Amino acid sequence: MELTLWTYEGPPHVGAMRIATSMEGLHYVLHAPQGDTYADLLFTMIERQNKRPPVTYTTFQARDLGGDTADLVKRSISDAVERFKPEALLVGESCTAELIQDQPGSLAQGMGFNLPIVNLELPAYSKKENWGASETFYQLLRTLLKDQVLAPGAAKPSPSRWRAEGRKPRLNLLGPSLLGFRCRDDVIEVTKLLADMGIDVNVVAPLGASPSDLKRIPEADANLCLYPEIVESSCSWLERQLGMAVVRTVPIGIGATQQFREEIATVLGLDQLPPAPERSRMPWYSQSVDSTYLTGKRVFIFADATHAIAAARIASKELGFQVVGLGSYCREQARAVRAAAQELGLEALISDNYLEVEAAMAAAAPELVLGTQMERHSAKRLGIPCAVISAPLHVQDVPARYAPQMGWEGANVIFDSWVHPLMMGLEEHLIGMFRHDFEFVEGHMSHKGQKTAVAETAAPEVQTDAGCTWANSGTAELGRIPFFVRGKVKRNTEAFAQERGIKEITDEVLYEAKAHFTR
Amino acid sequence: MLLLEILKENGQREVFCGLTSIVWLHRRMPDAFFLVVGSRTCAHLVQSAAGVMIFAEPRFGTAILGERDLAGLADANEELDRVVGDLLARRPEIRTLFLVGSCPSEVIKLDLAKAAERLSTRLQGSVRVVNYSGSGIETTFTQGEDNALTALVPFLPRNDEAQLLLVGTLADGVEERFLTLFERLGITKVASLPPRRSTDLPSLGSGTKVLLAQPFLGATARALQARGAQLLSSPYPLGVEGSSLWFEAAATAFGIDPAHTASVLNPLKERGRAAVAPHRLELEGKRLFLLPDSQMELALGRFLHRECGMELVEVGTPYLDRALQQPELDLLPANLNLSEGQHLEKQLDRVRAAKPDLVVCGMGLANPLEAEGIATKWSIELVFSPIHGCDQAGDLAELFARPLRRRAALAFN
Repeated sequence: MELTLWTYEGPPHVGAMRIATSMEGLHYVLHAPQGDTYADLLFTMIERQNKRPPVTYTTFQARDLGGDTADLVKRSISDAVERFKPEALLVGESCTAELIQDQPGSLAQGMGFNLPIVNLELPAYSKKENWGASETFYQLLRTLLKDQVLAPGAAKPSPSRWRAEGRKPRLNLLGPSLLGFRCRDDVIEVTKLLADMGIDVNVVAPLGASPSDLKRIPEADANLCLYPEIVESSCSWLERQLGMAVVRTVPIGIGATQQFREEIATVLGLDQLPPAPERSRMPWYSQSVDSTYLTGKRVFIFADATHAIAAARIASKELGFQVVGLGSYCREQARAVRAAAQELGLEALISDNYLEVEAAMAAAAPELVLGTQMERHSAKRLGIPCAVISAPLHVQDVPARYAPQMGWEGANVIFDSWVHPLMMGLEEHLIGMFRHDFEFVEGHMSHKGQKTAVAETAAPEVQTDAGCTWANSGTAELGRIPFFVRGKVKRNTEAFAQERGIKEITDEVLYEAKAHFTR
Repeated sequence: MLLLEILKENGQREVFCGLTSIVWLHRRMPDAFFLVVGSRTCAHLVQSAAGVMIFAEPRFGTAILGERDLAGLADANEELDRVVGDLLARRPEIRTLFLVGSCPSEVIKLDLAKAAERLSTRLQGSVRVVNYSGSGIETTFTQGEDNALTALVPFLPRNDEAQLLLVGTLADGVEERFLTLFERLGITKVASLPPRRSTDLPSLGSGTKVLLAQPFLGATARALQARGAQLLSSPYPLGVEGSSLWFEAAATAFGIDPAHTASVLNPLKERGRAAVAPHRLELEGKRLFLLPDSQMELALGRFLHRECGMELVEVGTPYLDRALQQPELDLLPANLNLSEGQHLEKQLDRVRAAKPDLVVCGMGLANPLEAEGIATKWSIELVFSPIHGCDQAGDLAELFARPLRRRAALAFN
């Protein structure tokens, strides 16, 4: 039993819904009690979907439990098949149905329908949403492609066979899904990237694909694994069982996009890498003098694994930030996140407890937070600027405009959306600094509202855990330090004082500590 | 008594479960914590229904059952005690802890009533632990509040003095206004359930007259009656008519001179009607379809039909509590298309066939219906917004007129 207040991920059947709702011609019969239909609003409200998720809920009640819930399942399946005429059917259960063990998937398979039926077994008490999405897509592929599995010992199709066949190379874009971060626009951007290289897109899945599209997956020369959380297991299976090569670089950021192009060229055996069109302003913007103030900005990153790893690389290499915290709620991808953190001399935070993440955030004293909508709330509480870079997301993270994360344009979008809150933060600091000037009449409102400004004027804490006290001169000096580093300076100074047995922290002690830590 | 033909349907329901009522109950009682004992689905549901993370540390949470709890490896009771201990250590300001049963906890027959008793004893009165079920297999949406209040009834201290007890969560501002009006009427001893502080439970006895502010509190009403209270029958305080009849029901029960009651209520009625009037221009003659959701459909249908001139295509209700809804049914047209329960697909077929001007529905259905060209009003707003009373009648009408006004205002050519 685990106490949870807010969760990063829903249950695994919500992951299955993400696959079903992302696709066309697929229907999901979910054995579930009243109330589980709440998940529809994730799609219709957050993603503003204009149609209901293709999900039929059995809606069993307590009074059904004494009778025949299996019959209810069968009726729901028949009705759904008749009404929606899907190309393929997913059948599964939510947490409560798992306990009553009607085995809806097996029931469905025994009903004699002439369509592919995937029996989804998603353990609700040990797994979560991303795993559920990944498993659903994988099981669907296995069901639809079972006839195309290579015989043992058969030769793998060559990823450069396009040349012999006298056609352009073609790739599958795997992973984009609803409720993923900016997937809709990433598909467009990656399609452009490939077009620049003379490569066609074969199938995009799950977003917008039908089951018959999935059957065409083997016609591509290789697969792009764009969101490992959702399709790593599927890509590995396609690699093992159908011999399809996989491109694993995720093209978020300038360096990663270039590396992505290189990996594709190598895998497909292109004669040469076509030159990159100068489509991103991000490198120049980052080099321009105005960006000097970005140097060494302390940034805390917490997201799904894909976006956290990409953000760490962009932040440290392409924007000149200092990454002071890196983590993810995706346990399945923890190893990759740990490796990325280690490269930056950090220990990755792998947790799905947002309070733990908030505590780590506070301790790292960052100047910018890159996170999910959960971190946006934590950062707001701590008064730190934040940009959302990953699911879970809120309706405001699904913009109307074209705002990809991947490719050249994605880098532009990232530059703007990360630097903007930082500038707002700087503005906030300047407002704080100049608030005693006569132009700043009493009651001046910052864009964050009155509360922050009031908090800034309040005297800093003078109590310490370190067994020393702050003298008035020290407190006054501390108050002059920008609010977003004040906590860090206070902790450092107290540690410094404690180490040297200093009982009273004066302004001089503060400056000695500052000099000590600068060295 | 009016005999209505009711369409009873069974099938997929697009309705929240009772856990959802935590979203407004926890705001009503800031010294209470609602701990759902359930699954990740429960946690995700409450979080999604709440819409956004309003508070960094909300006063609700979920003790998520894991495989070990199900396999019996860990004694679920010991685990629960541990979670509650951690929670209360972190939140010492909590005075009442609601252990809220869910679908999985019901199915595995986790005895939360016994757990609540055990924990209450252990905490020696510093925190009262109360149990109720918000499970989807037993409750729909607003029934969660009904169960929560029913669970509080045994703790109400006995007092046989005459008093009026308002039952059902009202917005604080509305409640204050109501207290003023009751005082003006001459009813001075008025208490509320739920109270604003979970420890300030109202008393209850043979002198208590119960006035329900919401139509979904059948179990609570019966529990209060069983302890000697008298239940006043009235339409619910939505719109000018419902609100004034509601106040009149209380005034009559307390023997207030009808002339005095009229002198207090008449100016309110007049002002309320004037506030509704501009919205009536928008709504009059428009066809309304209410999907079953909050259990307020009959009262809303009555208001929109009688005071705003809307035509009722169909009024759906998750379940029909005849005893509580009769005063509403009496005011509705005899040929009303009333449906109970839900078969979502069939009902949406009826919506499409009828092409109503406005559909009241849950958030899962609103955008898809809008995309089909049908204007909607999400019903969840009706349980969060101050809509009760004559003074709010204009605002209530405006909630329904707004989607129509907006459609008329938009142009992309």
